[in-house]
Amino acid sequence: MNEQEKDVILLSHGDGGLLTHQLIQGTFFPGFKNEWLEEEGDSAVLNFCHERLAFSTDSFVVSPLFFPGGDIGKLAICGTVNDLVVSGARPLWLSAAFIIPEGMAIERLSDVVRSMSEIAGDLKLPIVTGDTKVVSSNDPENLFINTTGIGVIYPETNFNVKNVEPSDIVIITGSIGDHGAAILAARLGLELEESPQSDCAPLDFISTLLRPYFPYIKVMRDPTRGGLATTLKELAISGDVDFWLEENSINVKPKVKAVSDILGIDPYYLASEGRALLVVKNGKEEEIIKELKKHPLGKDASIIGYARAGKGNLFLRTKLGGTRPLQMLAGTPLPRIC
Amino acid sequence: MKQDSFGHPVEKYNLLAEHLLAKVLELGQKIAEKKGKKTKIMEVCGTHTVAFSRSGIAQLLSDVLDLRSGPGCPVCVTHQQDLDYMISLSRIKDVIIVTFGDLLRVPGSFTSLEKEKAKGANVHICYSPLEAIDLAAKNTQKEIVLLGIGFETTAPTIAAALSQALEKGLQNFSIYSTLKLVPPALEALLQEKKFDLDGLVLPGHVSTVLGSDAFDFIAQEYALPCVVTGFEPLDLLIGLYYLLTSLIEEKAELTNTYTHIVKEKGNQAAKEIINLYFEEGDTLWRGFASIPGSGLKLRTKYNDFEARYRFKKVEIPETGVFSGCSCGDIITGKLTPFDCVHFNNGCTPLTPVGPCMVSSEGACSAYYQYRQQI
Repeated sequence: MNEQEKDVILLSHGDGGLLTHQLIQGTFFPGFKNEWLEEEGDSAVLNFCHERLAFSTDSFVVSPLFFPGGDIGKLAICGTVNDLVVSGARPLWLSAAFIIPEGMAIERLSDVVRSMSEIAGDLKLPIVTGDTKVVSSNDPENLFINTTGIGVIYPETNFNVKNVEPSDIVIITGSIGDHGAAILAARLGLELEESPQSDCAPLDFISTLLRPYFPYIKVMRDPTRGGLATTLKELAISGDVDFWLEENSINVKPKVKAVSDILGIDPYYLASEGRALLVVKNGKEEEIIKELKKHPLGKDASIIGYARAGKGNLFLRTKLGGTRPLQMLAGTPLPRIC
Repeated sequence: MKQDSFGHPVEKYNLLAEHLLAKVLELGQKIAEKKGKKTKIMEVCGTHTVAFSRSGIAQLLSDVLDLRSGPGCPVCVTHQQDLDYMISLSRIKDVIIVTFGDLLRVPGSFTSLEKEKAKGANVHICYSPLEAIDLAAKNTQKEIVLLGIGFETTAPTIAAALSQALEKGLQNFSIYSTLKLVPPALEALLQEKKFDLDGLVLPGHVSTVLGSDAFDFIAQEYALPCVVTGFEPLDLLIGLYYLLTSLIEEKAELTNTYTHIVKEKGNQAAKEIINLYFEEGDTLWRGFASIPGSGLKLRTKYNDFEARYRFKKVEIPETGVFSGCSCGDIITGKLTPFDCVHFNNGCTPLTPVGPCMVSSEGACSAYYQYRQQI
């Protein structure tokens, strides 16, 4: 690759994997670097008037706009809400900004807005400000939504990847890769007997159930872009520990496995949009799982691995007892030939 | 019931696989003691390379088996000249390239389809080649070029696309065919006799189309045991069990353990549609010289639909200085990815030097993702 070619943005720069990481480190950080950004959390933590606020923003681009289990509107609300929740905050206010393609049917846009208002209503979360832009586009489905959220961090919250110690336990609140598989299957028009459904959902139940356990939660993340593997690998690097996962304990639904097998894509790299990954103090995992199971979205919560002293590696013990490393996602997963 | 270390039940399937794994290990050790070396087996198909690594079987058997990848990853065997031609086609005004995803990032001599796309080329990633027909029907002012890459497995769907284009009278559709046939490549490889293979795991999907009979020559003419098998861990282990048993019994035989999918004569309908539109011809492979009769070319009467004829005036760059990448030796089993100086030393999935690091089916990508020693 010559230098000149390196200078172009590729779609892979937006996949949440290594190239995204490099873009943030190489282009955005040098320009914007400050103490809040350097934390690299899902939200910025801001001290203001004796309160700790969580401030998070996310932009949503998805094709198709409506998919089994959700749509771009629901995704835009849940995405930002979940970033606040995994930061240990209670979401208070949201903004919504739309970049709308010329030619989009107003009815279609209304469907998206209705979906957003329904989910925000359920969460009793007001959308207090917004913005609208229209751009010329060849594709009337090319809608972009940005949402930003402000929340207040619970006093008990002390989430920091630096707190992770060897022997800490890794928990996930359900199956992995449902959203990624649903989108790929819908986008590629895979004809399956039963299509996978996106798991897109708000994670606010976690705060409701787990607040008393917050002191034992070392760090929480939602494994969205880049999937379980990329999210945990990032935590391993930032926390300077190794994580070991047990393949047998990780729930990949048969429908998700079917899509992964057809396309030759590893489900560990497929996004979830309604799951949380928790690293908790050893000894507290059973109680935490018991709490999570009280909610329908946490009924499949399960231990999938643990931390060990190490240098930022992520390993998977396969069902047959073999060991393989998991890396960060390198390039958007692409359907293979054959 | 047996449980894993977090108290989750272990499926019976895995218990069975564990038993079989122990048996295969035992057979492997027996051969190693007798011959004083590991058993060298080639898994021809890229999907098998990935399955062996992803399941951990390759790692668990590494003391007794020396697994080598074969010429069975469609992207990896594509010659640099073809890559450059296809990338050049993407630069022509009003051309829409339709391609399978894993070709996107493969470096040509100077650039890739992914980079051309970022610069404005119209590249459509398809799951089914038939998407090219819809595009051609909807974009009558554009030229749709379907990149015909793959083996006997993708050839029928590429042929079906052409059949539909003819039926619908779509004149703005063409195919750049670099479709390849596996048996002639294996024959060329075995004729070279440059390294001492003990047996082969044959490509499951290709065998579905061709039938297991198509590989009989390996046992008969080259006296090597070989096995047709599937892709789940148990399939892989059953395949290895048969292969190692044949070696111990010193029998050069072909065993089909995938009989519910692969028939002796293959899939007649698939073979017929290939035959209707394509004929055998010489073609270039990465890692080989040109192999006679190893390619599928459109029959002469369909030349109008061959992109090479339709776009004769394409400027193709001189094939660039070769990078010293070992992909050619890796897909012919002479080296493993760990033997290549570039592996994880400048060559990673993000900065691939050769195609084996790009394709999800590629040996280097599989080793990088699943077997890298840390």
